[in-house]
Amino acid sequence: MKSALVRRFLQTVIVLFGVSVVTFLVMHAAPGHPLQANPELRLDPTAIERWLQLRQLDQPLIFQYLAWLSRVFRGDFGESLLYNRPVLELMGERLPSTLLLTLSAFALAMFLAVAVGIKIATQQNSWLDRLVCTISLAGISVPNFWLGMVLVLLFAYRFPILPAVGMRTPGDGSILDILQHMLLPLLVMVAGNFARYVRYVRSAVLDVMQQDYVKAARARGLGENEILYRHVLPNAAMPIITVAALSLPMLFTGAMVAEYVFAWPGLGRFIITSTMARDYPVIMTVNLYTASLVAIANFIADVLYLLIDPRLR
Amino acid sequence: MRSNISLFTGLILIAFLVTLAILAPVIATHDPATTSAEKWLQPPSSEHFFGTDRLGRDIFSRVLYGARVSLSVGMLSTFVSLGIGTLLGLLASYYGGLVDVIIMRFADVVLVFPSMLLAITLVSIFEPALWLVILVIAGTGWPSIARLVRSEVLRLRQSDFVASARLLGAKNRRVVWRHLLPNAIGPVLVAATLCVPAAVMTEASLSYLGLGVQPPTPTWGNMLRDAQLYLRFAWWYAFFPGFFVFITVFAFHLTGEGLRQALGLSQTARRGWRAGS
Repeated sequence: MKSALVRRFLQTVIVLFGVSVVTFLVMHAAPGHPLQANPELRLDPTAIERWLQLRQLDQPLIFQYLAWLSRVFRGDFGESLLYNRPVLELMGERLPSTLLLTLSAFALAMFLAVAVGIKIATQQNSWLDRLVCTISLAGISVPNFWLGMVLVLLFAYRFPILPAVGMRTPGDGSILDILQHMLLPLLVMVAGNFARYVRYVRSAVLDVMQQDYVKAARARGLGENEILYRHVLPNAAMPIITVAALSLPMLFTGAMVAEYVFAWPGLGRFIITSTMARDYPVIMTVNLYTASLVAIANFIADVLYLLIDPRLR
Repeated sequence: MRSNISLFTGLILIAFLVTLAILAPVIATHDPATTSAEKWLQPPSSEHFFGTDRLGRDIFSRVLYGARVSLSVGMLSTFVSLGIGTLLGLLASYYGGLVDVIIMRFADVVLVFPSMLLAITLVSIFEPALWLVILVIAGTGWPSIARLVRSEVLRLRQSDFVASARLLGAKNRRVVWRHLLPNAIGPVLVAATLCVPAAVMTEASLSYLGLGVQPPTPTWGNMLRDAQLYLRFAWWYAFFPGFFVFITVFAFHLTGEGLRQALGLSQTARRGWRAGS
């Protein structure tokens, strides 16, 4: 148990190190000076100058990497070339709107997926099961930005009952106003996440139902409900909680393209617009941030697995 | 039975879409690039099945030509992923030790970058182009294939038939090519089928953001990008290109699902689960 934990921890540290190297090398390949020559990007010339100086391109590569890494460890992620302000500050300002959207979407999608997933797993191959499986496959296949556009077409233009973009009406900003703005992006995110989760819940429950101890319980004459609640669900909960852990990064980075479509002022949209503007310090930071989140979420999921399933120890 | 229906429907849809793409010049009712000032933003009609766009170009014909881009990006990037992934997966499982550690940790590192983020980062650094989009998508797709090939080979190596082949004096090379690879093909085939829709989706998203294949090449993503500005006035402009992205991705998912069930593979490979973005 302990050794497995230590091994996974070391692997995670190695992966995090790899993430920093990859991020650094990708950015090293990025052209620096052409930025100044491109007025279309509307970047701040003084910010570019300072960034170029910080990179110390005349020094050996390993030195540049270590200098950058030591700044990162001190919490200095540089300044945005577009806004001429610290990257961390800009990201922090956008995190609450993203969390509002992603947390609601996650909670709603997970709740629905668990309820529906258990229901259809207990009646495998019924018409309801097939219907939900087909719908969820369609849900995975729908491009979320297109779904967003179709919803805007329907509910903002054809039947103008909801706002098309943004998070609040200028001069308003009441809770009701924000909720109205949130509804369409929320719908898009819930649709996609529900489709993924429901398939997962279904197969997790089905997996457990094929285990010998469930057959044994049935042979002992236990009722189907008792088998479900006493034997199946507690065992199926683990893989589902693991998936929840693996969804953690999504909560903190937001749905990038979906936020972009709805001009939702969150982190996901910030990532996209900064990338398009070639705001290199921001790109570097969000890559480091997101990849580290995923690595840590994977670690948490593995730890959960080790804690629950003694066979893996 | 059910798997056959998924597989059947999926394959029919793919065949239909591939036919549309190949026969685009024959089926198209108009030249996809011909503009017409007086015919801009016309709704669907018997003359223009899917209406016209902001420059009066025929959307039906542009959707057909867009199928060529989407399907070739989807399939080419899958081939590249498959090639790199199989090679590295085989190397890792065959040599083990340090080679294994290096390859698999590198795969881990690539896997923790959300593919969309990695794609937009790489594309934004270099100039967007068709081949770059293919390479970038392949670059985010190979680690899952490598992981799968490696675990399949390690699993098969324990099996009795490999042991007997070795007893009969088969060389390593023969064991790998004649025994391990053919038996690992099923799961890899399913993974490859599921690589295509992911690639189609990423290409559409990149083009939609203006980071993918550049205009004037008609792609579904490009058309959606243009359509966004006219959403209020022209529903058909956004509807049809997006619908084709959906149908294409759906067709490959159906096929992958059908294959998986036909081959009796489980869905709950926890490692295969990745959060959507």
